[in-house]
Amino acid sequence: MTTMAQKIWDRHVVAAHEGEPDLLYVDLHLVHEVTSPQAFESLRLSGRKVRRPDLTVATMDHDVPTRGGRAAADEIAERQMSALEENCRREGVPLYGMGSTRQGIVHVIGPELGLTQPGLLIVCGDSHTSTHGAFGALAFGIGTSEVEHVLATQCLRQRRPKDMAVTVEGELPLGVTAKDVALGIISRIGVDGGRGHVIEYRGSTIRALSMEGRMTVCNMTIEGGARAGMVAPDETTFRYLKGRPQAPKADAWETAVGSWRSLLSDPGAAYDYEVRLDASELQPYVTWGTNPGQAVPVTGRVPSPANESDERALRYMALEPGTAMEAITIDRVFIGSCTNARLEDLRLAASVIRGHNVHPKVRAMVVPGSASVKQQAEAEGLDAVFRQAGFEWRDAGCSMCLGMNPDILGPGERCASTSNRNFEGRQGSGGRTHLVSPPMAAAAAIAGHLVDVRGFSGSPSPLRGGSGRG
Amino acid sequence: MEPFTRFTGVLAPLDRANVDTDQIIPKQFLKRIERSGYGPFLFYDWRRQGDFILDRPAYRGASVLVTGENFGCGSSREHAPWSLLDAGFRAVIAPSFADIFKSNSFRCGLLPVELPEAAVRALIGLTLQEPGMEITVDLERQRVAAGDFEASFIIDPFFRECLLNGWDEVALTLRQEPAIARYEAGRPAWLPLTH
Repeated sequence: MTTMAQKIWDRHVVAAHEGEPDLLYVDLHLVHEVTSPQAFESLRLSGRKVRRPDLTVATMDHDVPTRGGRAAADEIAERQMSALEENCRREGVPLYGMGSTRQGIVHVIGPELGLTQPGLLIVCGDSHTSTHGAFGALAFGIGTSEVEHVLATQCLRQRRPKDMAVTVEGELPLGVTAKDVALGIISRIGVDGGRGHVIEYRGSTIRALSMEGRMTVCNMTIEGGARAGMVAPDETTFRYLKGRPQAPKADAWETAVGSWRSLLSDPGAAYDYEVRLDASELQPYVTWGTNPGQAVPVTGRVPSPANESDERALRYMALEPGTAMEAITIDRVFIGSCTNARLEDLRLAASVIRGHNVHPKVRAMVVPGSASVKQQAEAEGLDAVFRQAGFEWRDAGCSMCLGMNPDILGPGERCASTSNRNFEGRQGSGGRTHLVSPPMAAAAAIAGHLVDVRGFSGSPSPLRGGSGRG
Repeated sequence: MEPFTRFTGVLAPLDRANVDTDQIIPKQFLKRIERSGYGPFLFYDWRRQGDFILDRPAYRGASVLVTGENFGCGSSREHAPWSLLDAGFRAVIAPSFADIFKSNSFRCGLLPVELPEAAVRALIGLTLQEPGMEITVDLERQRVAAGDFEASFIIDPFFRECLLNGWDEVALTLRQEPAIARYEAGRPAWLPLTH
């Protein structure tokens, strides 16, 4: 009786020696410009080559400008992008750089291309690699030394993680999205609750999520301290993958689906740690502090500090205990990131915005997760909805999720953001981040303050995020 | 990687939990394409706010950090341990470390030492009481000692060996070439290729 994570692990063991971490084979290595240059350089200095360029793919996302094209990049960002181009050319690694129709946030393009598939072992020098677990892949972030190790050997040494199950049952209430499921889980388990574990998300709520919603939940796994989070593949997964450029074709499709079906955790498989949530108790969440576990329902109030960390967070966020979350005014809105910049996220946000205008004191922007998401959104006319309301409509990239490009908060600016981290200075030195779902960000942009999207006037949609029915 | 066997240096306290990698090294300094030169940017925003504890004269030149639980949470940036190493730190002592940070530290030669919460509290107390005190971290014996304080720690035996010997992990793995080739030969043909 084995869990899905352990089954996938077992299928990837190249060598196992007593007392040593297992040597695992990597099926897909995703590369971007920020965590790879030192790895390629070290590889070159050691006289080594990329072992499997055909299992490696690169894109530019972290520091690409989101308007003005490559010419708008600063000198050091340009140096990183040029380095990636040179490294990929030398090693024969496919690269979707700026201007490519396949460029985008590394965790958005993997699934779009059909490269992210169930049962694979996927790594990337980025902690949000957990996103790919939505397909039933074992996917986790690695550091630059490990990037070099994978480039050189296509393998990675890892200790076997423990198993954790997070089960969410029931129908999501109106206005509660996959992002709220993630924030609800983290506020329950804490920012280190999953440390040392791989999380399997289960239950009827998770099953009812679309692939995009599942990606949002798995994406935020690392914010609860677990390196990898996953959802068992099912018909929703297969439907998403079929026909994608790199998905198995013809006879291979049936073989693949057969293999994918055999990955599921055995009934009665044991987990080291189990958490259960009732979907009916979930609400739209907003963070008040400086880590993703410091969240309350939007109808709640800024809590009294329980410890020194809370006090520090309140000072940084310039918030008083007891303040109603809905009374907090904002300066900026960011709709984007590997958490919430896929087509469904933009549709949900647009459905709230349609017919409204961005509050005159708010600067709001939408940064699609990939060039392909941008193109599809434009084909649906979503860009027009955002632009007419007063949103800036940008090119694809990580943008203000981490502020490595010119998209940053100024000191003291307060932002409702669909991204994944509200750490001090994350979106710009001195900037203050409130993490929310896309419809909540959209509503805040219009209202000029944090607001409960469920009571928001004129919102015409059923507001079911990530349910695949929207 | 420089071997780590036994090391003595000044202990500095950073009494905060959940110190994330964005605090250790803010993103504007991730654009370098080198592994070195990050030291001046360690805890950049906190230092700029003034009166940062690591900038007090007694802690300048410290080479062992003692801090709160879940140190290094957040992003996978190896720039975090690089910046600590570059600023002169050889070891960090905490009740727990974030998984990726710990793995990165092992791989670049920064020793993460896990001690029980009570021992960490005691060490923080000691170094606040006697700023500039030295601590010895002995990886061979898996012990730390500072004045009358002594504690042993548990560490992954594989990474202990790597650190003690300064081994190149890639070179170790390349010795497994026959096993890797055998595994590759058995992979199903329908698995995805990137081109």
